Amino acid sequence: MDDIVLRAEGVVSGYVPDLPILKGVDMAVRRASVTVIIGPNGAGKSTLVKTIAGLVPLSAGHIAHDGVEIGGIRPDRLAAQGIAYVPQMDNIFRTLTIRQNLDLALRHAGADAAARLEELYTRFPPLAEKRNDRAGALSGGQRQFLAVAMALATRPSLILMDEPSAGLSPKAAQEVLECARGLTAQGVTILLVEQNVKQALRLADHCYILAEGRNQLDGSAADLLSDPVVGEIYLGARRKGAA
Amino acid sequence: MIQNLADGILVGSVLSLGAIGLTLVMHMLRFANFSHAELLSIGAYAALVFDGVFAAILPPLADRIGPLSMTWALVLALVVAVAVTGASALVIDRLVFRRVRAKGSELSMVFASFGVAMIVRNVTGLVFGLGTQLYSKDIVFAVVVSRDPMLLIKPDQVFVLVATLLVMVALHLVLSRTTLGFALRAVAENPVLAQVNGVNLARMIALVWVVGGGLAAIAGVFYGLTNQISPMIGRDLVLPVFAATIVGGIGSVYGAALGGFIVGIAANVALAVLPSGYSPSVPFLIILAVLLVRPNGLFGEARA
Amino acid sequence: MIGLLSYAVFFSTVASILAIAVLGLNLQWGFTGLFNGGVVAFFGAGAYGTLILGGTPQADHLGGFGLIYPLALAGGAVAAGLLAWVVGVLTLRLRQDYLAIATFGIAVTFENVMRNAEALSGGAKGFRGFERPLRGLFGDGFAYNLFFFCLVLLLLVAVYLFLERLVRSPFGRLLRAIREDEDAARSLGKAPARVRLVSFITGSAIIGIAGGLYATFYAFVSPQDVLPTLTFQIWAMLIVGGAGNNRGAVFGAFLIWGAWTASGWALSRFAPVEAQLYTGSIQYILIGSIIVAMLLWRPQGLLPERLVLSQSGQPVKPRQQGA
Repeated sequence: MDDIVLRAEGVVSGYVPDLPILKGVDMAVRRASVTVIIGPNGAGKSTLVKTIAGLVPLSAGHIAHDGVEIGGIRPDRLAAQGIAYVPQMDNIFRTLTIRQNLDLALRHAGADAAARLEELYTRFPPLAEKRNDRAGALSGGQRQFLAVAMALATRPSLILMDEPSAGLSPKAAQEVLECARGLTAQGVTILLVEQNVKQALRLADHCYILAEGRNQLDGSAADLLSDPVVGEIYLGARRKGAA
Repeated sequence: MIQNLADGILVGSVLSLGAIGLTLVMHMLRFANFSHAELLSIGAYAALVFDGVFAAILPPLADRIGPLSMTWALVLALVVAVAVTGASALVIDRLVFRRVRAKGSELSMVFASFGVAMIVRNVTGLVFGLGTQLYSKDIVFAVVVSRDPMLLIKPDQVFVLVATLLVMVALHLVLSRTTLGFALRAVAENPVLAQVNGVNLARMIALVWVVGGGLAAIAGVFYGLTNQISPMIGRDLVLPVFAATIVGGIGSVYGAALGGFIVGIAANVALAVLPSGYSPSVPFLIILAVLLVRPNGLFGEARA
Repeated sequence: MIGLLSYAVFFSTVASILAIAVLGLNLQWGFTGLFNGGVVAFFGAGAYGTLILGGTPQADHLGGFGLIYPLALAGGAVAAGLLAWVVGVLTLRLRQDYLAIATFGIAVTFENVMRNAEALSGGAKGFRGFERPLRGLFGDGFAYNLFFFCLVLLLLVAVYLFLERLVRSPFGRLLRAIREDEDAARSLGKAPARVRLVSFITGSAIIGIAGGLYATFYAFVSPQDVLPTLTFQIWAMLIVGGAGNNRGAVFGAFLIWGAWTASGWALSRFAPVEAQLYTGSIQYILIGSIIVAMLLWRPQGLLPERLVLSQSGQPVKPRQQGA
């Protein structure tokens, strides 16, 4: 089996046909790795994962998952392709209970659903504890765990995450990122967008830097973390951005 | 007064069924559908037609059920009317709303719904005539429940109320116990997230139209059973049904159910004070009162 | 010949009055994106307001203030504006379809109250006892109609020029900015709800002027003149003509009013007698179909809004979600 789970070539996409946000992005994501996408605001990081998830129309280029072309996929067919997408912020159904959120995610699991539900409760004990509470009552960190649990419900081989640490306390953010890291041990591939550059680079295997809708730089996370230029622009900029 | 209250509860059950469908559509497709009340009219007339058909095919079906004016033929016709009206809602969506949705704003949809209401109402008038009709010409006498205060209730009214409550319980069970119900609520809350969780949006929208149309058909038949059938059912009910959804909060099924009863009761109790000519104004006063006191309704959430 | 000319004047008077109403609606919908589902309430407020203020004293209903005509007409516009203020204050900060529902509701209620409150409006019989302005000078015949047509035309031109100036003014640009991107407008320190309210009241007052002229023309108004159907006709005029374009609004008014009267005439002339009862239904189906068809195939109308160029020279795009 090819070691590359996700391959994007010359991706051009945007909300309006003649105003592309991504102007030809290439990317290759290795199996069972954590790949992080960073870049300044407006670089097109979120647009890239949304395009992969089929939420932003692809106007040119190819996206392949395990060798199968998925460019322009209908978002409700992602799970069938073994892909899960965790949106930024509003990523759980607040008006449903935790149990109902998970049941919804497990809707197509058939006879396997009960076993998988138990598995998810075991993995995320706080969710089991509050299973009959409305999801809207969860704390920020717990919401992210619920969102991850919903993503895992379909047994994906690839999980796309859009800023999972946004709005979380540093401690909760660290927990969520570590949880994502832990998933790779089971062969799951993680592609995530992060503002939290330093934290994300420490945890990731590989990193893509986007700027103005194009690839700017990519390399192993460790290399980029020690790269003085990257350090100055992104790690420095991040400090300013956090103020 | 107590009579007004009883009548209000009855009207309320019709409004509730209409409002539940409307609130689902308004919440999910995000537009005020001024043609929803016409679905009640479609349902009422569909049942009228099939009531005649079934009674003609199998005359014993035309016998009344117990003390009701309702016949078995009408029960069967109601089932068919639910299907016909659900299908009509779906067809109207395919022909008009889905296409306008694809190119226009939500407010274009509101306007398209005005056009649809106009067409449906007047086509109904052309086909069935402008006069009023009844399911049964037999006169069913009201039962005197109490003489002081005077309270008269017809068996049909009791049936309508009980049947409405049963429909609501069934809907509640679907929404709170089945993954299909979760999917519906999920789409209502966050369509994009629902999609990435494997929910087929187009199918859910179709389902909402069918459910909304089906409930409207039941409401229309109940209205015809306790009042009369005319092409103006839609015109007369559109504002009360909107009032019920606003009282309950747009998007809240439980709010719409309760809102229907509140509007029905308020409109009838108000008649104890106001001259009866003013009854068409009452729903608007209720809307104004809600907007003043609690703009998002009893159960609604603020949302853009 | 004089008969034809006389009819042309009559037709053009009514069409011009409706065109004024369409211009008012265009300010609300075309330039501000506000859905007024009860145009007829504001039209009616202007009509009843003008007649009550300018009429001669009557025994059985309110009226007889005998104000000079310009004041009566202005009073009608103010009445429409006040009604708009009440609805607008309550709904303009809520999600947009509340305005549609509330305005629809006020139209139903307005008609209902006019029909029932005999002491105020004369009830179902309608409002009488109004002397048309300068009747002494022009009499009741063709001369008067010609005079009144000139008056209406003058007001139509005045309203048109006023709106053209308004939409080109900074306020007009603000209206479009709020219509396209409310959040951006708010971030510039503008209060969208307030701006919308001003636009809504102004548009309603203009619709009120149209109502006042209409009632003056017939020296009579009754609940039959304020049925929801009129809202629908005025909307059809705007959609067909082209929302966001004042020329389109006037064009649409003449076109649809022409089609309406022509279809009414054709049906009454050629339809079998037993179908006469249904001519109204047929006309409504036709107009409903025109509206739906326009929305489906030419939503921008026959004379579309000219695209406004932003400072970068790029056409202004409608708002998109996310980034």
